[in-house]
Formats: sequence, C-alpha cells, structure tokens
Amino acid sequence: MSATLPYGVTAAALIALGLFGLVAQAAVLRKILACNLLGGGVFLLFGVVARRGATAADAVPQAIVITGLVVAFAATALAVALALRLHQITGAATIAGEPESGPRGE
Amino acid sequence: MTASWLLDGLVAALVLGAAAWTLAAPTAVAAVVGFLGFGLLLTLAWLRLGAAEVAMAEAAIGVAATGVILLLAVVRLRGGAETVSAAMPGRGMVAAAGLLAGAVGLALALAVLALPDPAPGLAAEALARRGEAGLGNPVAAVLTGYRGLDRLLESVALVLAVLAVWSMAPDRRWGGIPGPRFPRQEDGPLALLARLLPPVGIVVGTYIAWVGSEAPGGTVQGGAILAAMWGLAWVAGIVQPPAIASRPVRLALVAGPAAFLLAGLAGMALAEGFLAWPPAFARPLILLVEAAMTLSVAAALALLVAGPPERAA
Repeated sequence: MSATLPYGVTAAALIALGLFGLVAQAAVLRKILACNLLGGGVFLLFGVVARRGATAADAVPQAIVITGLVVAFAATALAVALALRLHQITGAATIAGEPESGPRGE
Repeated sequence: MTASWLLDGLVAALVLGAAAWTLAAPTAVAAVVGFLGFGLLLTLAWLRLGAAEVAMAEAAIGVAATGVILLLAVVRLRGGAETVSAAMPGRGMVAAAGLLAGAVGLALALAVLALPDPAPGLAAEALARRGEAGLGNPVAAVLTGYRGLDRLLESVALVLAVLAVWSMAPDRRWGGIPGPRFPRQEDGPLALLARLLPPVGIVVGTYIAWVGSEAPGGTVQGGAILAAMWGLAWVAGIVQPPAIASRPVRLALVAGPAAFLLAGLAGMALAEGFLAWPPAFARPLILLVEAAMTLSVAAALALLVAGPPERAA
C-alpha cells in the first residue's frame, strides 16, 4: 500500500479537478484540457488499483491503459479539430449560448 | 522507506499542483503549458508505480503529441475573450460544481483507501503465460497476444479518428494538404535539431518498437517517436505533409489494422478461431503485425497532429 497511497488520493483529486473544470470553464480549449485531466485521473486510478499489494506491476491494466491513452489522444485530436472548425466558421471560442438569449437559447 | 515516501508525496503534490494550474491559469497558453508540465509529472508517477510502458506512452502520446496539437490550436483560437468571460458560469453554478466534484473525488479517495490488499488480479498469470505468445515482455504479451481484440479495435479507432479529423475540412479542400505551412528554417536551434535528431530518432523509434516484444517499449511508443521525427522536420519547413488523397499515405494508415485483420483471419484457418494463433506461428505473426502497426500508428499520429486539409495539393 505504501507506494500507491499518495497516487490513489492524487487520482481521486484529479478526477474531481477535471469534473470541476469541465463545468466551470467556458472556453472550449479549457474544457478539452479539463477532460484530459479527468482522463489522466481515471488512468492513474486504474493503475493504482492494479498496483496495490502486488510484487510486480500487473501487465493487464498497463496494456489497457496504453490502449486508453491512444484512444484519449485520438479523441483530443478530434475535439480540437472540431473546436478549430467551429472557430473558423462562427468565430466562437465557446459553446455557451449568447448571454442575452439565455443558455442555448434558439 | 521515508525517502521513497517523501518522493512519492512530492510527485503526487506536484501532479496536483500542475493540474490546478492548468485550470486556474490566466491565459489559454499558460494553461496548455501547465498541462504539458502535468503530463510530464504524471509520467514520473507512472514510473514510481513500476509501469515503464505506460510512462513511455504517456510521455510520447499524452505530452508530446497532445501538446503539439494543443499548442497549434491555442495560437489559432486567439480572441473572443469577451464572449468567453461573458459565458463563464455564475458564482452559484461554480460553487455547486465544486461541491459535486469534490464529493466525487472524496468518495473515490475513500474507496481507494478501503480497497482490500493484496489485490486480486491476473498479474501472476500474465507473467507466467507470456512465453506461450513467444514474447518476453508481459505487457506486450497481453497487448497483442491475449487482448488482441482490444488492440485491433484501438488501431481501427485511430483510423476512424483520422477520417473524422479530415472530414472537418471544407469541401473544396478535400484531398488537399493538411495543416499549416511552416516557413523553412535556415538556421537556429530548430533547423539544427530538425537535421540532427531525425536520423537518431528513426533508429531509436524503430528499436523501441522492435524491443517492445522483450523489454519496455512497444509499437505505440516507437510509432510516436517516428511520428515526432517527421513532425520536427515538418515544423522546421523541411518536409510538407502529403496530400490526403495520396495512395501511399492511405495505405500506410490502414496497413496495421489490415495486417492485424488478416493475421486474425489466418488464425481461423490455422488454429481454433479469430485472433487465435498456433504457438509455432505466434511470434512471427505477432512481429509482422507489430511492424505494420508501428507504421500505421506513426502515420495516424502524424496525420492527427497535422489536422484537416487546408490547402490544395
């Protein structure tokens, strides 16, 4: 348990920070960053849960985390491409509705 | 014991500090830089957890490749500061989000602390049976040998992501050259690095992909290094991205999944089913698949970083 304890708490805190940032930030790029913090926390939590008490690192969760990292990167690349296209077409750096017309008002 | 506790505590605190900075940074550029620092510190945390492959993947994909995409994007997403600050959620909403996120974090932390110790897992079995796949590295044995279906789906997901990014292009740019054009650097550190590093990096990347079957390394990590070498030459203006309509690019992109699928189907003829390989053929088949996968991972990562086509071929 010794080595994993601080990282377990860190992973939980990262998930909390990521969730908070996802809601509390308005800019799309900041939301993407928060989403990546959340993902980093989830991966770390998975690694910590697999690592505790084991003498050797468990290969199965490591392999799945590597796969997850690649997919998370692909998702980030797609999200950034979407944000750039949105900015190109509408000039907006946020997906929030106009403040006058209320949230997502149409 | 005390020293390792101190080190772990320090790394954990730094990871959290960098994450908090990423959220609180005053400008988007500062936030992205904070995120890169966060990724590198997380790499240290993975090393402390004894997961060398994950640390390499995190450094190569989570920091380097993601970092290039974010830095290219943050330059283009300038402006609109008023709309963003007008759209910031109110004090009440932020407080509610903080409370809820804090509750989730607290619950997770308590759950982690309450876990049974030692953990039930497949560690011993994966370690004991890696030889059957003909691979010495247990992570590689699990990745390609036992969780082959995950790996296949991951490689297909990369191709789909490239297609989705390409489809962000306006119609008239379809088939064109992706990404911004960088002026050719004649001197300075970038020009020097772009000439000196790629020969070394190509050897290192190929080696890491090759050695992955026996020691820490792997196709994803090696492919990421190969993609980074191309990216360096691209940013220095030495090479231009190929047009997305070009056939070699598309073939390189699908070589890995195609080889994987063919090898999987061969398993139906030679052994008991899809992706099941007879022990005599397992190692050569896996090495063949890994070679094609390295090429495809490198191509997909480079194309994802370059982004949608922006100019005519």
